[in-house]
Amino acid sequence: MHTLPRNEPGERHAAGRVKKHADAVVIGAGLHGCSTALHLRLGGLSVLVLEKDYPGRHASGVNAGGVRRLGRALEEVAMSMVAADMWKHMADLVDDDCGFEASGQIKVAESEGEFDLQKKRVAMLQSRGFGHEKLIDKTILRERLPAVSPHCVGGILVEDDGHANPFRTVTAFRRRCETLGVEFHSGAAVTAARQRHGNWLIETAKGSFESAMVVNCAGAWGGRVAALLGEPPVPVDAQAPMLMITARMPAFIEPVVGAQGRTLSFKQFANGTVLVGGGHRGRAESGTNATSLNYQRLAINAQTALDIFPIMSQARVVRCWAGIEGVMPDQIPVIGPGSEPGVFHAFGFSAHGFQLGPVVGRILGELVAHGRGSLDIGPFAIGRFADKGDATQHGARSYGG
Amino acid sequence: MTKHYDIIVIGAGPAGMSASRTAAAQGARVLVLDEQSSPGGQIYRAIEKPHNQRRRELGSSYQDGVPLVHGFRQSELDYVNAASVWQLSADLEVGYSRDGIAQLVRADRIIVATGAQERPVPIPGWTKRGVMTVGAAQILLKESSVVASDAVFAGSGPLLYLAVHQYLELGVPVKAVLDLTPAKNYLGALPALFGARADFAKILEGWQWKRAIGAAGIPLLTGVDAVRISGEKSVESVDYRRRGEWQAITCDTAFLHLGVVPNINISMAAGCDCHWSHNQACWTVTVDDWFNSSVAGVSVAGDGVSIGGAAAAEAQGGIAALGALHALGRIDASERDRLAAAYRIRLRKEMGIRHFLDLLFRPADRLRVPREADTVVCRCEEVTAGQIRETLDLGCCGPNQLKSFSRTGMGPCQGRFCGHTVSELIGEASGLPISEVGYFRLRSPIKPLPLKELADLAHSSKE
Amino acid sequence: MFTKIGQTQEESVRVWFEGCEMTVGKGLSVAAALLGEGITHFRNTPVTAAERGPFCMMGVCFDCLLVIDGQANLQACMVEVSEGMCIERQCGAADPELDPALAATANRGETTP
Repeated sequence: MHTLPRNEPGERHAAGRVKKHADAVVIGAGLHGCSTALHLRLGGLSVLVLEKDYPGRHASGVNAGGVRRLGRALEEVAMSMVAADMWKHMADLVDDDCGFEASGQIKVAESEGEFDLQKKRVAMLQSRGFGHEKLIDKTILRERLPAVSPHCVGGILVEDDGHANPFRTVTAFRRRCETLGVEFHSGAAVTAARQRHGNWLIETAKGSFESAMVVNCAGAWGGRVAALLGEPPVPVDAQAPMLMITARMPAFIEPVVGAQGRTLSFKQFANGTVLVGGGHRGRAESGTNATSLNYQRLAINAQTALDIFPIMSQARVVRCWAGIEGVMPDQIPVIGPGSEPGVFHAFGFSAHGFQLGPVVGRILGELVAHGRGSLDIGPFAIGRFADKGDATQHGARSYGG
Repeated sequence: MTKHYDIIVIGAGPAGMSASRTAAAQGARVLVLDEQSSPGGQIYRAIEKPHNQRRRELGSSYQDGVPLVHGFRQSELDYVNAASVWQLSADLEVGYSRDGIAQLVRADRIIVATGAQERPVPIPGWTKRGVMTVGAAQILLKESSVVASDAVFAGSGPLLYLAVHQYLELGVPVKAVLDLTPAKNYLGALPALFGARADFAKILEGWQWKRAIGAAGIPLLTGVDAVRISGEKSVESVDYRRRGEWQAITCDTAFLHLGVVPNINISMAAGCDCHWSHNQACWTVTVDDWFNSSVAGVSVAGDGVSIGGAAAAEAQGGIAALGALHALGRIDASERDRLAAAYRIRLRKEMGIRHFLDLLFRPADRLRVPREADTVVCRCEEVTAGQIRETLDLGCCGPNQLKSFSRTGMGPCQGRFCGHTVSELIGEASGLPISEVGYFRLRSPIKPLPLKELADLAHSSKE
Repeated sequence: MFTKIGQTQEESVRVWFEGCEMTVGKGLSVAAALLGEGITHFRNTPVTAAERGPFCMMGVCFDCLLVIDGQANLQACMVEVSEGMCIERQCGAADPELDPALAATANRGETTP
């Protein structure tokens, strides 16, 4: 690791008030905020992170932990491929493998019709030069998933996808940041922001902060922060995808499994517990951080798991929960520069941002330092909603952690 | 279609029976859900068994339950036994399972009467096979006539002596009784004795039990300030420290008891505000004069709020039901107040002795917060006090982060036997008041729910 | 050692524990019935494979988990015995081949609320 300039956040005293300043302020200490802070710091900037609760409190710390390229929107695939490579070498970046296991990910087809859709998808990706999604027939499906129900006919496999531990991941990023001199301020909800002499002055519940650059990584609260940073309204919907976990069961499955025709995210941990999710939604109140569960919808999720893995008739659910996610109308995130100078955004990952965490930080690092990045982020521009009037025209996309 | 009631009462102990009976008497449509096979709660457990009603040795306070259960049985209400309630939502939906079928029911008012559970006793070796709670000893006795013939009883509080006295009356040998009440508590509780004078009979009864135990030749050791359980896989001896010296008593069973704490899982999962009670050293639900919690439509009564004992719980259940009936528009305020008056008098009388008992039997700090690094705190995930302290040193600041870091509180008991210890451990490490440290964020299902039963809800709700 | 006292049960049922037939009182919880037969070893924990038996007897602690009629993770203190019931110890580890010492340090990771 190269030595960084001794460039650390400082304090200014003016009229009796202490004001913290740094080259860059990151708003939000979820995975994207921590990763961005890390990359900015590695680029030699001094960095402050402002978090309204505590690091990893929301979706970043409590999501399903899926590390997948499988089924991503085309716009995200190139970025996701780079992220996959970063996950393999995660310890080089944050001194911790974050519990990443390349167990593979499989999306199961439950009918010939679904399998046909999968064939088209794989062919489409291949025509664009992406060969990571591979079609597998019934025989291979059963080899990989001995517990799968006999009615399943095939699927798509991505060999090196897998899963990681979300809270451990966001913690590893935070601690690496702290080691390098990034300062975190918890309980520092941003209440106002204004420009002065080419700097941003940011007011929070924990005092004032000043910097030339501001990066908005506020997740479900990204729209609110964007407005404070001078953006026209951005349609971020706070949603609460629900997850449930079972008591320990005998080991019966390695890969992470999704379904082509229904929402499902399914995996078993080394300790035997099984996580069932996939995006059925509870109720989210972003104002109070509260989420509530909808058992009728959890029931549908449970039925899907039971249909695809009959062994789940033995399972006992011990906990259910929901994390607050920022979902965009077109289900792809906002990444890129803002309208005002010195402002950058990365939020609204629409419940599938976990795998992208490392690469998004790298992209922001490049953007802030050089004004451009090595990957095409055109489709993620914040202006896309203002430009086109009809925010929903992109249509819904595949969904899952 | 989801069934709808005026009032759902969760629990059929003294508070639940009293609440449901009061509500039903005013014509409300009442559903009572209880986990046990028969009404009575823990205190009047198995009271409908004919042989128990003849058993003088169970004590006079046990027989107080007979008319209460009888009145409950006579009431017009829907009573579902063996029902495991796994959720109560803030919008008053209750989920429960019985006979392998999960159901969702709704009501305009919910009265939570979940009673108490034993306080954790995190001493070295408390997870060993053969170590049980004194409450467990009582349940085995009342429900199954099963007793331990080579047991040491260790702990503090009235239940400890009641249980030993019952063994004595039945002629079951008791190896020894170790009283862990801190010596300084006797002096500390003295000023509160005046407030408890109305209940002098109770204090006298406790003293008589103690005397009878001594007279029977059972070693009764007071002033014990530390205990540990030894044995390779199961209990081989109970070791205790008295006047600075360690001694061992060979036995194959140890019954532990440091009092009881409110069973708050349902209330907390529903979002009811709770606060830390210093005197009772436990989490208690925040309620108003009519036992309304902070969640609209949810009342909490009895030992599930704070510890007051069976008679207080009965009075609280009645008051909570009257409050709920008034909120539903079934009785006016003057009728409510008139009917509540007798309950309030009884409650005041019962609470007179409570302060004295709280001060006298408040367990020593070192018994609630283990000193020894290898003492298990989370029984389910086998996380020790040392591991928790190390995790806290890494900068983990609250109970929920501790969960994520160490799995503490993530096993099937969902923190029921470690949550209090964890709050206090974090308070000790951080210097924060326990109320600020908080408790685990609890989520339903508060009892494990078979996935199959959950899936079946999808079909039943469509019909 | 636990024993039964008082009048013998009016009615009884036959159950099998780990393949051994035993006659126990009707209406008892599985936990009480087994304790009455002198059995205190109900399960091995998933983390260190330590032996455990009933602790609270009131459905709170989850230490009396057994496999009853093929269904794992049942609280023995909350289930009544019934005629012909087949009861087995619950071997805790998720993977029986997993070394208990290894399991103690194995992936504690899992998402959490």
